[in-house]
Amino acid sequence: MGFLSYLISGISLGSVYAIIALGYTMVYGIAKMLNFAHGDVIMIGSYVVFTSTMMLGLPVPVGILASIVICTVLGVLIEGIAYRPLRGTSSLAVLITAIGVSYFLQNAVQLVYGANAKSFKSVVPLKGVSLAGGALIISGETIVTIASCIIIMVGLQMFVHKTKAGHAMLAVSEDRQAAQLMGINVNRTISLTFAIGSGLAAIAGMLLCSAYPNLTPTTGAMPGIKAFTAAVFGGIGSIPGAMIGGILLGIIEILGKAYISTQLADAIVFSVLIIVLLVKPTGILGKKINEKV
Amino acid sequence: MKFMKNMNKTTRQNMITYAMVILAYIIFQTLSVTGNLSSLMQGLLVPLCTYSILAVSLNLTVGVLGELSLGHAGFMCIGAFSSAFFTACTKDIITNDLLRFMIAFLIAAVCAGIFGILIGIPVLRLQGDYLAIVTLAFGEIIKNIINAMYVGLDENGFHFSLKDSMSLNMTENGRIIIKGAQGITGTARQSNFTIGIILLLLTLVIVLNLMNSRSGRAIMSIRDNRIAAESVGIDITKYKIMAFAISASLAGLAGCLYAHNLSSLTALPKNFGYNMSIMILVYVVLGGMANMRGSVIAAVVLTMIPELLREIGEYRMLIYAVIMIVMMIFNWSPKVKTWREAHSLKDVFHKRNVKEAK
Amino acid sequence: MALLEVKNLGISFGGLRAVNEFCIKIEKGQLYGLIGPNGAGKTTIFNMLTGVYKPTDGIITLDGQNITGKKTIEINKAGIARTFQNIRLFKDLTVLDNVKVGLHNNYKYSTVEGILRLPAYRRTEKVMNERAMELLEVFGIAEEAEQLAANLPYGKQRKLEIARALATDPKLLLLDEPAAGMNPNETLELMETIRFVRDNFDMTILLIEHDMKLVSGICEELTVLNFGQVLAQGETSEVLNNPEVIKAYLGE
Repeated sequence: MGFLSYLISGISLGSVYAIIALGYTMVYGIAKMLNFAHGDVIMIGSYVVFTSTMMLGLPVPVGILASIVICTVLGVLIEGIAYRPLRGTSSLAVLITAIGVSYFLQNAVQLVYGANAKSFKSVVPLKGVSLAGGALIISGETIVTIASCIIIMVGLQMFVHKTKAGHAMLAVSEDRQAAQLMGINVNRTISLTFAIGSGLAAIAGMLLCSAYPNLTPTTGAMPGIKAFTAAVFGGIGSIPGAMIGGILLGIIEILGKAYISTQLADAIVFSVLIIVLLVKPTGILGKKINEKV
Repeated sequence: MKFMKNMNKTTRQNMITYAMVILAYIIFQTLSVTGNLSSLMQGLLVPLCTYSILAVSLNLTVGVLGELSLGHAGFMCIGAFSSAFFTACTKDIITNDLLRFMIAFLIAAVCAGIFGILIGIPVLRLQGDYLAIVTLAFGEIIKNIINAMYVGLDENGFHFSLKDSMSLNMTENGRIIIKGAQGITGTARQSNFTIGIILLLLTLVIVLNLMNSRSGRAIMSIRDNRIAAESVGIDITKYKIMAFAISASLAGLAGCLYAHNLSSLTALPKNFGYNMSIMILVYVVLGGMANMRGSVIAAVVLTMIPELLREIGEYRMLIYAVIMIVMMIFNWSPKVKTWREAHSLKDVFHKRNVKEAK
Repeated sequence: MALLEVKNLGISFGGLRAVNEFCIKIEKGQLYGLIGPNGAGKTTIFNMLTGVYKPTDGIITLDGQNITGKKTIEINKAGIARTFQNIRLFKDLTVLDNVKVGLHNNYKYSTVEGILRLPAYRRTEKVMNERAMELLEVFGIAEEAEQLAANLPYGKQRKLEIARALATDPKLLLLDEPAAGMNPNETLELMETIRFVRDNFDMTILLIEHDMKLVSGICEELTVLNFGQVLAQGETSEVLNNPEVIKAYLGE
């Protein structure tokens, strides 16, 4: 039973990573940039929920909605102000700017809320489930997290492959100039990508903090890095890849903590990533792009 | 002949860089020795050298070789811990402080360099962003393992454990040298500004001379066009690993300087994780790719800004972040560039340390 | 013995047979042309000759040495140098440095000697500079030696690429569409340059080209490639008057 319990925990944590990874992979695939500030949008999402529910006393659904809306707007604003001016220049320049945005978000939050950990109250109203006569307990948070991940994944795949806006995103990710020539509004498409990614980040944030109720300005940083790793792991630019990468990463992390060592959990997770990339250099579902000679 | 004159142009530029460093040394050392330096500045002297060396060494990988490395702090970590471990072990064996310190630097450079080669071999095969994430992963792994490491010494020799001090199974006479998350304590604080500047000059000489030599050209040709480089017979793997290993070695030196500036050395995320790696990367990019002088200037300026902004208190990190974003957009955005050219403002930072057309 | 002898060279990409039973014999000192419609497989053949692709079948012999399937670096050392369809210069290096990279394998000193600025460094760099300047002067781009390669006009970039390839001291020079993007004057100049290289560098040259003026102007023999197979081979004017060849280019 222990193993099963850990496995489910791993899938749940992995689902959070997967949702975050989706944001990374979409932005990378379409805007061709690594949005280092993505992890911090997660953190902001959680703080919005915290503020709405615990400081302002608003009902939880309002808090959730506020969080998603604010993060979506934030994502679009960041793209417009900090990233769009640098579009077309080296990807390294945008990366550094993203780092600047990340510092900015972390410090702004720290200024307002202080660096002390806030205790986050779970947004999940569901009670846990007890199976096998109490030997296996699955918390409500876990159920909602895994379910959310599946719904989001399916929804996103349908959106990308079945709607006009989604097709526009695919086109821009393949060939930006050609897409523009076809009449696709590239700016709007990229803004939409950031909007979706950031909205998802808000959801990921509240799910993460519901399960691990410790909230500080740096809460988003490590999960952000791990989710980025998961996105690359699964093949950057691939939506199913982000999901697989995220969930696998969560499982490896929890099992590593349980069976090998808590302190070395991070080392284990990153080692697995390295081994996979050495065997399959473009990630599990990644495409190999051959340079034309 | 014309090329003779121009060959001296690069050398001239490099000489100016060295002169700037030496001048800075003379000024600050004089101020320090005559007691005219605030204790804040005093405490910054060695860190400024450390970060400058880190920036120049990372620029070798990022600007000269053209590969994005996000794990540079890992090599610094190896250098720091290997050298501190050495000085801790040989405290009583090698009594000449300076000699022991010099050997410590050598050990730091060699250990970091070896890891540079070991990591480089598998990693440098990967493309662009994948290479970046793997270097980041390695940096985290190194920090994580060192943080969980226990190493002790008694009459029977060395003992090693990844769990706790108990499992070291040492006799009473044994002492623990590396104590897990507590790291290494009791390091002699031997680093000073003079040694720091000497190391910085050494780093600059190595990197600048390398760039202006046959191997340096080979490395840069890989950056500019790997396929063309192959077609003229450049051994890609050899030169990639060479650049990576030298870069790692120099970071190791910085680590040793850093470690002997503190009495206790711990592998905190702040000091050795991706946070540090990213910070150094920012110095490199803002200073200009392959522009070593720019790397030093950026490292110094960006380290000092938060300190100088201390008066503004709480808001300083926020302002720092805004400065960073504004600087990036000002320097790199095409629209801003056109505006700048229209108002004939020169680049705030020189893009590259390369000769320009007459 | 021919300088380059290729027997039944072929390559498949998955199910696609890109090149099939390609045979060619080039004598030392020849100016040889490889022509054919777009997509015929000409650059693919170049890529096989230079080790970018590994052939599925066939044998490539250079000056008696079997170089089939070898790596690019080894093939370059054996004596083949090339230019590319889309000019591949080291954009952020100077014109002079571009050529000096080409001299890399022929003028050596160790990295340590370079960093420590030992006599071997000074000696060898001096010789490399002289040799590189010689090459630049031959191509008329010595004035721009200190400029960044990216700043050269297109025609001069082409010449620089050829100069760099020659710096590797090859036996056989492969030029992939050297006249691409050039106006008639530049093409004439290029024709002279190619002839000059063959005459003064003791060079054998194989080129891919679409510009028929250049092909008929300087190539002594041609091979015509169509759909990955040899369509015609032989003396230039014969091949160009071959009705099959004309049909392949102009269609029915």
